[in-house]
Amino acid sequence: MIKAILIFNNHGKPRLSKFYEHYSEDTEQQIIRETFHLVSKRDENVCNFLEGGMLIGGSENKLIYRHYATLYFVFCVDSSESELGILDLIQVFVETLDKCFENVCELDLIFHVDKVHNILAEMVMGGMVLETNMNEIITQVDAQNKMEKSEVRL
Amino acid sequence: MPAPIRLRELIRTIRTARTQAEEREMIQKECAAIRSSFREEDNTYRCRNVAKLLYMHMLGYPAHFGQLECLKLIASQKFTDKRIGYLGAMLLLDERQDVHLLMTNCIKNDLNHSTQYVQGLALCTLGCMGSSEMCRDLAGEVEKLLKTSNSYLRKKAALCAVHVIRKVPELMEMFLPATKNLLSEKNHGVLHTSVVLLTEMCERSPDMLLHFRKVWILVPQLVRILKNLIMSGYSPEHDVSGISDPFLQVRILRLLRILGRSDDDSSEAMNDILAQVATNTETSKNVGNAILYETVLTIMDIKSESGLRVLAINILGRFLLNNDKNIRYVALTSLLKTVQTDHNAVQRHRSTIVDCLKDLDVSIKRRAMELSFALVNGNNIRGMMKELLYFLDSCDPEFKADCASGVFLAAEKYAPSKRWHIDTIMRVLTTAGSYVRDDSVPNLIQLITNSVEMHAYTVQRLYKALLDDISQQPLVQVSSWCIGEYGDLLVSGQCEEEEPIQVTEDEVLDVLEGLLVSNLSTPVTRGYSLTAIMKLSTRFSSVNRIKKVVSIYGSSIDVELQQRAVEYNALFKKYDHMRPALLERMPIMEKTASNGPTEIVQTNGETEPSVPDTKHPPLVTQPANQANDLLDLLGGNDVVPVIQTTLPTKPASAGGELLDLLGDLSLSSGPAPAPSVPISQPPFLLDGLSSQPLFNDISAAIPPMTAYSKNGLKIEFTFERANPNPNIAVITIHATNTTEADMTEFVFQAAVPKTFQLQLLSPSSNMVPALNQGSVTQVIRVLNPQKQQLRMRVKLTYTHKGSPVQDLAEVNNFPPQSWQ
Repeated sequence: MIKAILIFNNHGKPRLSKFYEHYSEDTEQQIIRETFHLVSKRDENVCNFLEGGMLIGGSENKLIYRHYATLYFVFCVDSSESELGILDLIQVFVETLDKCFENVCELDLIFHVDKVHNILAEMVMGGMVLETNMNEIITQVDAQNKMEKSEVRL
Repeated sequence: MPAPIRLRELIRTIRTARTQAEEREMIQKECAAIRSSFREEDNTYRCRNVAKLLYMHMLGYPAHFGQLECLKLIASQKFTDKRIGYLGAMLLLDERQDVHLLMTNCIKNDLNHSTQYVQGLALCTLGCMGSSEMCRDLAGEVEKLLKTSNSYLRKKAALCAVHVIRKVPELMEMFLPATKNLLSEKNHGVLHTSVVLLTEMCERSPDMLLHFRKVWILVPQLVRILKNLIMSGYSPEHDVSGISDPFLQVRILRLLRILGRSDDDSSEAMNDILAQVATNTETSKNVGNAILYETVLTIMDIKSESGLRVLAINILGRFLLNNDKNIRYVALTSLLKTVQTDHNAVQRHRSTIVDCLKDLDVSIKRRAMELSFALVNGNNIRGMMKELLYFLDSCDPEFKADCASGVFLAAEKYAPSKRWHIDTIMRVLTTAGSYVRDDSVPNLIQLITNSVEMHAYTVQRLYKALLDDISQQPLVQVSSWCIGEYGDLLVSGQCEEEEPIQVTEDEVLDVLEGLLVSNLSTPVTRGYSLTAIMKLSTRFSSVNRIKKVVSIYGSSIDVELQQRAVEYNALFKKYDHMRPALLERMPIMEKTASNGPTEIVQTNGETEPSVPDTKHPPLVTQPANQANDLLDLLGGNDVVPVIQTTLPTKPASAGGELLDLLGDLSLSSGPAPAPSVPISQPPFLLDGLSSQPLFNDISAAIPPMTAYSKNGLKIEFTFERANPNPNIAVITIHATNTTEADMTEFVFQAAVPKTFQLQLLSPSSNMVPALNQGSVTQVIRVLNPQKQQLRMRVKLTYTHKGSPVQDLAEVNNFPPQSWQ
């Protein structure tokens, strides 16, 4: 099960935070800070797996992260997920964002955080992987966006 | 009131803030605007306001006042509103607040909505944060959607069902019929989530697992799907870097693992496909490696044939040499899991693993360290220890404690010689001394005491280490204890192992006194040094100096030191005749079942001489607090009556027959009187402690006896005497079986004459394995206040080669010491 998905930039500013387990608001912020602290210390050429910080379950949970340009994508998972599989999932997620936003960059994520949530909701539900086919995800997201647009016109 | 600004505007504004304070101000202003807009109950802009609120929530500002607004949005008819509303609900609400229950009705309606996307939203929200009540109410709707032909909804319903099952496990049965057809879907999304659902069901319920294995015969179906994926060639839809839907492949492999675990038939059915996947998968990209990794884990977990296992370990070996750090990490993790079962195969890769200790990556280093410790054995101990000690020197502080403990454990198990052992320990103490766990100090002291021939060498080396550095407390403690014990060897220069150093008594006392005054010493260390100084009073000739030191500390502020000094002073003044006896050399301590430095060794008790009142050598006076802990242990155990009630197959009449023997020890069977054998007087119970193997019973010198030996079953009695109460004899029975078949449902019963009282504790098991492969033990306690000769009648029942066997016997040959 995926416990949390966090996206933050090189300075630790959160760009997206989704928790699949309940934590209080303060704890959530602390987790984001702690995760940033752990992940930013890492060199470029070490492996992408870390033991979780104290707040998010300690050594039972792992942090699997990837660094793309100015953003860190961090998935906190427990032992039931395949580590290499999650790495691939992050890649699919980023490629999907890329398709949806056309050469996605940090600004897109900043200004359209609700859209990013919608895309994520089509991929991961309740902490479990829902859909991994990029085209399928994009089709569904597009259809829903169309529905929204048609309502605005009314 | 002007229209509330758009989300985009807000974000733009916040980004212009240059300081945290400025940002906070902007946000507070906007919050106020949002609050007043909410108060106006404005439907048009509610969606916009909540979106802004969610953004602020992400930045860390309180947003709970928007919770009810989310509910209103969910209830709206517009899709846009619902979308933001549900998102808000997932981010802001949780099952701990009662507000969330209000959503239930909305979700119910939306689950039946005409638009699939609305249904999807409802499923998503329910699956993310539905509470048990909500799940219970809405499970029926979810189950209905599980059977729909719309694959978009079906896959969401499957994951929602997983969440429902997690929250309310009793509802699992409900989803069973709907799950049946899920695997025949073509849509990969549905397949994927169905496999997740099946996996969850199998993990939660062993009955379900059996059902899937035997009744649905899931394995061939899964194998077929997997085969199609591998053989189908290029399919642009599901392709990821040249491999067809690797995510689904990984999921299926995981489910196969669960199905094949400890089941021969299922494992057999999947052998071929596993071999195929293992050999045919492309390893140039991460996806291929992910599949291989999962395959290896599956092979190792199920009952695969040995050829396949070797293949798996070789794949892991290849992973270890891969340049990609992630792959190496993953390989180390899986090797750690398999090292117990396939030890020899993993040994082949030992050198690569040891190289990983030098890797720069912290995660890899940790894994390599754990694996290295698992690989240490009698053959490679010297080489491995060299590497591990080198690692200990150079590693980060976070590793040092674990590494030090691991080194101690390994050294204890496999030390090729005592000198090597002591050298290794010295090395650890000097390099990582402050990270060593506190309870390793008594362990080390015990080790040193027991290696009698090395005393001189040890004390010399420890003394030299002390001269160099007194900051590492465990080292200092062990050293001062040793100097206290073996100081005479030190000054006499008797060392054989290495060049003896010339040390005078005064120099030694200088060092010890230095410890007492140093700022670096903890109170515990000071205690150790004071006691060491005291002990030297019988080994050295400069008694006056020692007397002076001891009397100075009689007025120390530290209460512990003060007490010790005062008592030692008293020893000099009033009990001088007892001093030599009290302070003489420690005897060799009995080794208990040592589990390494992490377990507190019970026999050590006090390693310093005890207060002058007790005249016994320090070893036997068990410290009071430890005894109390064990008392609690015993008090917590249930008193098991003589007649074993744990095995329900025993007919009740047999018990009565046995009890009848109490009066006259005759075999006549009559009506069963009320059982009078079991006792449960708490004081009686708590007196006898020596049945616990942790205790070292000095007075146990009663020889064991064979009580019964017939038809291959032999029962031996060993005796201990309970220390505080000599009227209680504690007998441990050992039942062994020399025949070729196991004896199952083994029950031992005993009865004694009226003047005795008997108590039987629970047996270790009820199966005596064949060919002396193991034994069943059970403890009997007999109270014999009148010191009469012990007699016992025993009854044995067991099943051997399918037929029940029963036997009665009389045991009369108790050795006299057991009842006198």
